[in-house]
Amino acid sequence: MASILAVDDSASMLQMVAFTLKGAGYDVVEATDGQYALDIAKKRGVDLVITDVNMPRMDGITLIGELRKLPNYKFTPLLMLTTESSPEKKQQGRAAGATGWIVKPFNPEQLLNTVKKVLG
Amino acid sequence: MTIDMAQFHQVFFDESFEGLDIMESGLLEMDPGSADPEQINSIFRAAHSIKGGSGTFGFTNIADFTHVMETLLDEMRDGRRQVTTEAVNVLLASVDVLREMLTATSEDAEVDPERVKAQKAELDRILAGETAAAEVAEPDNAEEAPAANKQTGWHITFRPHSHMMRTGNDPLRLVRELQGLGELTVEVDVESLPPLSEYEPEDSYLSWDLHLMGDVSKEQIDDIFDWVEDDCDLLIDPICPAQKAPPVASEITSKPEPKAEIKSVPAPTERRVGTDRRASGQKGSAKKTASSGGTSSIRVDISKIDVLINMVGELVITQSMLGMLGDEFDISQIERLREGLAQLERHTREMQESVMQIRMLPISFTFSRFPRLVHDLSTKMGKQIELKMTGETTEVDKTVIEKIGDPLVHLVRNSLDHGIEMPEDRVAAGKPETGTVELNAYHRGGNIIIEIKDDGKGLDKDRLLDKAIERGLVPPDAMLGDQQIYELIFTAGFSTAEEVSDVSGRGVGMDVVRRNINELGGNIEIHSEAGVGSSFIIRLPLTLAILDGQTVSVGSETYIVPLVSIIESIQVKENMVNMLAGKGETFKLREEYLPIVRLHEVLGVKDAKAKELNEGLLVVVEGEGRRCGLFVDDLLGQQQVVIKSLEANYRKISGLSGATILGDGSVALILDIPGLIRMAGNVSVAFNQAPRKSA
Repeated sequence: MASILAVDDSASMLQMVAFTLKGAGYDVVEATDGQYALDIAKKRGVDLVITDVNMPRMDGITLIGELRKLPNYKFTPLLMLTTESSPEKKQQGRAAGATGWIVKPFNPEQLLNTVKKVLG
Repeated sequence: MTIDMAQFHQVFFDESFEGLDIMESGLLEMDPGSADPEQINSIFRAAHSIKGGSGTFGFTNIADFTHVMETLLDEMRDGRRQVTTEAVNVLLASVDVLREMLTATSEDAEVDPERVKAQKAELDRILAGETAAAEVAEPDNAEEAPAANKQTGWHITFRPHSHMMRTGNDPLRLVRELQGLGELTVEVDVESLPPLSEYEPEDSYLSWDLHLMGDVSKEQIDDIFDWVEDDCDLLIDPICPAQKAPPVASEITSKPEPKAEIKSVPAPTERRVGTDRRASGQKGSAKKTASSGGTSSIRVDISKIDVLINMVGELVITQSMLGMLGDEFDISQIERLREGLAQLERHTREMQESVMQIRMLPISFTFSRFPRLVHDLSTKMGKQIELKMTGETTEVDKTVIEKIGDPLVHLVRNSLDHGIEMPEDRVAAGKPETGTVELNAYHRGGNIIIEIKDDGKGLDKDRLLDKAIERGLVPPDAMLGDQQIYELIFTAGFSTAEEVSDVSGRGVGMDVVRRNINELGGNIEIHSEAGVGSSFIIRLPLTLAILDGQTVSVGSETYIVPLVSIIESIQVKENMVNMLAGKGETFKLREEYLPIVRLHEVLGVKDAKAKELNEGLLVVVEGEGRRCGLFVDDLLGQQQVVIKSLEANYRKISGLSGATILGDGSVALILDIPGLIRMAGNVSVAFNQAPRKSA
């Protein structure tokens, strides 16, 4: 099964995302900020990254930019979790190389549908 | 797949309350005019997380409210809006409302919608005033949607830019998704494919001409292309009934290779991400009532758990060592047995300590509310007050954290209201204009000490005494020491404020403060000097599960007296004892007349050794401001005892607060000092009136 790196500094969101994805059979790696996620991503490959945007240490957009620079992550789908109110964040994310976004609030079904969609 | 979101609620509430604390302390530290962007960012992040979580978990009212706060913070962060004192104050008040909303939601209660509305209006007012930049336009396709209903289909021209695949987006995926919406006819345009020698495998060269037939809204199509709208040229044109037939393979001359794999199939009724977003939000809020009840949880530093696990490991090793020793024991191994038992004892003790550690939280959990309180109250009262806090990392039992908050708030309010003078009075008294209130916490001798200290005017002894006499709390001819006068403020129904202010001074309070602290097994003292300031010193036990006790013997019984209540132990002489009419036996201790409580009588111990006062000892104890002498046979020793509840195991007995098991396995009862003093009844309070020799 595909492996997914979930990144969020909010424990409840991270738990929800990880729980949902694990429940659907995905192999989920969790990280609580961008820097930590980048360290993980360098050590092991993942098939999809889902990251929050606002995080301490390294935000999600910087993470996406850094990941895209890595040869292993050139084509990897990188999704950001963002709120409807921030079109500029989407723009910045896109510029950094984000594949797309999941708009908060979302429910587990929406999350799974999006993940299924990008993982094919 | 259905997932019960309620299981994440507790974590969400915990982190949201933490977020509120971050917001509050950040806002308090914020310097209007020159705010640090990183600081605003951390406040923004906290608000953002609460908004995201509340939306996801279905608390739409919280999400909506936080959204407005977030918008304001966002503008401040970007420098689009100035950080004004007014805005900070409105944000602080909004933090309060948000806290109420979260508390109410976590308890399945309703928060007053009017209050929320009013605060939201405040925020909107700030947002509307001197708006620096235009409101961020939200993508809104609502107007186009109704028109789309008339269409029978769409003609989509989709030309990915060469770099599209490097964003992780696969054009074929999008085509497949369109296929899920309705009947799709696909034409691929390979015209821009370069010769193989120039072909870059990472680039995208194909483009598509698509005809999507069926009851599909433009929004649905937009949603599919939402992620790539900047990475492609996209044209979406409605197909009207007149031109219903899709123009199949008209001008495109290419070989139809990829077409085969994407044949049109009837659209499966799969739900799309974008379309049911809002609906689900509402659905979530309806489910709210089913959320979990108020279980209290505790967040523990992982290192504490690690220590504990390590300890359990050691314990298991020791246990297996002793087990082996026991299997084939031989008297020659007695030394090893002793060693093993000593080790077991050490590990058990260490483990007990580290389990206790888990319940310990830094006092900052309680202290953190004070910067805000002092900020708000001093503004309201027109005083200049600086709050100094030290020892915020001092750890205390979780129960203490929960229960000490209100008494501390009361004491700090008192210091602000009655202690610190108005700026002009301070200047007149030769003091700095800004008053100081200090909150200190530290460990001393197995206790936690919390000090509330101000450099205000100090307690006015004469006024306290006059008031007490006026209220009939003490007789007019009472001879009281300074300390006894200060203690008067802990008497029920005592208030010295000339006017009852809304800050403090309703006359209910200090007695409750003392009672709350006593209930935690602690006590409170006052020190005060006119014109220099007052300090309140609260002494609390480190933990509520273990008690430092003095074991005393009465006949064959052993009792535990909490060490914190003991003032001293003395042997009384005949000439120190008086009979007070209606008050029973008292003894004179440095100008004070204290009642004697004979434990063997109160507790019905038949075999007491000491029946006459000179045969035993008096343990002078204090509880709720009253003192008395407990008459016992002898003092045995001091030790830490683990408190076992009597109520849980037997029933509540007045005069006893619990029981413990002593080293020899026998049960000893723990004395409830305030209870005993009350039981001894009609005993006089600590500020005893002058004695009259009984006849």
